[in-house]
Amino acid sequence: MDLSVFSFRFRGSGFPSPAAANIQRPTLLDSAASEKIAYNGRMKILVIEDDREAADYLERAFGEAGHTVHVAGDGETGFLIADSGEYDVMVIDRMLPRRDGLSVIAGLRSRGNTTPVLILSALGEVDDRVTGLRAGGDDYLTKPYAFNELLARVEVLNRRGSAREAETVYRAGDLELDRLSHSVKRAGREITLQPREFRLLEYLMRHAGQVVTRTMLLENVWDYHFDPQTNVIDVHVSRLRGKIEKGFDKPILHTIRGAGYMLRAN
Amino acid sequence: MALRLPAIMRTTAARLSALYLVLFMICAVALVFYISGFSERMLIAQTQETVNEEVQGLAGAYQRGGIPLLVRFVSQRARQPGANLYLLADPNGGILSGNVASIEPGVIETEGWTARPFSYERFGDSSERSGEEGAAQPAVSEKRHAAIALVIRLPNRMILLVGRDLGEPERFRSVIQRSLMLALGMMAFGGLLIWYFVGRRALKRIDKVSEASQRIMDGDLAGRLPVSGAGDEFDRLSENLNTMLGRIGKLNEGLKQVSDNIAHDLKTPLTRLRNRAEATLAKADAEAVDYREALEGTIAESDQLIRTFNAILMISRLEAGYSAEPLAKVDLTAVVRDVIELYDAVAEERGVQLESQISDGVYVEGNRELLAQALSNVVDNAIKYSAGSVDAPKARISLRRDGDRISLEVADNGVGIPDESDRARVTERFVRLEQSRSQPGSGLGLSLATAIMKFHSGRIELKPADPGLLVLMNLPAMKGV
Repeated sequence: MDLSVFSFRFRGSGFPSPAAANIQRPTLLDSAASEKIAYNGRMKILVIEDDREAADYLERAFGEAGHTVHVAGDGETGFLIADSGEYDVMVIDRMLPRRDGLSVIAGLRSRGNTTPVLILSALGEVDDRVTGLRAGGDDYLTKPYAFNELLARVEVLNRRGSAREAETVYRAGDLELDRLSHSVKRAGREITLQPREFRLLEYLMRHAGQVVTRTMLLENVWDYHFDPQTNVIDVHVSRLRGKIEKGFDKPILHTIRGAGYMLRAN
Repeated sequence: MALRLPAIMRTTAARLSALYLVLFMICAVALVFYISGFSERMLIAQTQETVNEEVQGLAGAYQRGGIPLLVRFVSQRARQPGANLYLLADPNGGILSGNVASIEPGVIETEGWTARPFSYERFGDSSERSGEEGAAQPAVSEKRHAAIALVIRLPNRMILLVGRDLGEPERFRSVIQRSLMLALGMMAFGGLLIWYFVGRRALKRIDKVSEASQRIMDGDLAGRLPVSGAGDEFDRLSENLNTMLGRIGKLNEGLKQVSDNIAHDLKTPLTRLRNRAEATLAKADAEAVDYREALEGTIAESDQLIRTFNAILMISRLEAGYSAEPLAKVDLTAVVRDVIELYDAVAEERGVQLESQISDGVYVEGNRELLAQALSNVVDNAIKYSAGSVDAPKARISLRRDGDRISLEVADNGVGIPDESDRARVTERFVRLEQSRSQPGSGLGLSLATAIMKFHSGRIELKPADPGLLVLMNLPAMKGV
């Protein structure tokens, strides 16, 4: 294990070189990422996490990303707060004092609460993930996690964004994707995509303006949760980028440092 | 018996012999009670018949000569040796004639057969003649006998009792009781004897096993339990426990190896991580950009550490055979195509030609994610190592079903692993051959693939492909598909 891993990853993913990074406003987050993520609008997030330090960190980091955070330190309190309040997304630790995280979710779901839930867990195998999602969770993230990964997933979970599921044509700037005829156009010019590239673009466009991470793409476009040793996703994304950006003057598929990708018109 | 006895001795002898003893005793007691009860009823019936005959005779005398002749008959018969029991009483129960000196109170009050045997005293049993005084004395009561009798109230309200002593049935009963005691005693003795010999033999062997396990617990981990060679159930138990000890020993060894490897392979990046942070802090003219660079490097390095940890945990869990999710039918053809499609772009980017020959409809019972992970690790290696090939870099993936086995092969035309012992070693955890140290990776890819194959009751083999390496994964096909 040496630095060649990372140098390869930087090259393969189209990362800008570290020296070119935006360093004017150093914050808790990668500054470039937070700047772009934060515009997505305020969310009310409930964090149920018993580790005080981790909860403080999440409160601060979500706050910096422009969201309002409430924290509950145990399962029972968390359940009561969640049951009475209106939240956009809840982040629930799996192992909690007084009431287990999965039981909190099951309790909320049985009371008709459909607020999207992201489960945080120190357990991380495929099996545990399946159990967590089956209990009513909408997403699952293993500790230790990168905050950018958590933030991206929480923003995608936000129910206000899920309305796009029903749209048949996605538009971002001059890029247009028709989900029924499987056609993609940019500035009126037809772009031919492979089926997988189409699904990749479809997912990126559904979450246009939101950061999507590599693991999110592997999970949602390829439907796998395993860890590919090489960053295969980056290569697929750069291929797609080649097709939708080549010959056009404006970039539309952006790489967000330390986080993932974002499709945005300007 | 010659065949059954050793068979009994092989089992938990003490408990069984005790059980048999109790069962036999219960049977014997029940049998004796049945026989003695039956014969007693027969004897009583016989007695009643005799008494009835006597009563017939006395009734005849009474009809012919009234009370005087009856009294004469009674006193005459009463004196005969071995006579029945005769008693003539006045309406108030006072004894007038017969051979009964005293009788249990209340017996002559009710007419007909006495409900149960009663006790009485006969003339000649005691030197004292007085019934009322004698009844109170223990010396007299000792001479009392049991009898059954027929009580008749004569027309002039006098009471006639004719009965028969129960001496005979009583003697019979005592004979049976004695023989029962004898039989039970012998059975208990026999049971104890068997238990002593058989049980002692078993206990001795158990003690030996206990001693051996005590030695093992005291630290003699190479020690094993004694096996006598008789092939009995103690031997089978010892053999199984020995196999278990062997397995535990192996796991222990594996654990030790893993902790050594963790210490080695994780300490290196951790040291690098620390050095980088330290060097940046020590740098006199460090600027914000330097800090940023150092921190980014730190995050990337810790991400790699986390991945390595995850892989180690996954391997351990798979090796322990743990899965919370039941295995399901997996379309291996689809998984292989997905992985190829996933790696296609990477291969192309690196100038590696990816070829495939995939049979349709190959199913396996397993976990889709794990199978994809295993294949992706192997394909990743193939692309990585064929990229350095002198010829046109190529990687070939094939999937086919041979009867009830599935063979999944990944070949590359890279440098391969020429040495056979090296090929065997690379599937072990953390093993990275010297020439591959410069390649990125945790050294766990093949180990994880091996663990996943084993978890699916399959195996993984590495063969030379001239040039390059052939990774052969073989796993059982799903039944009934």
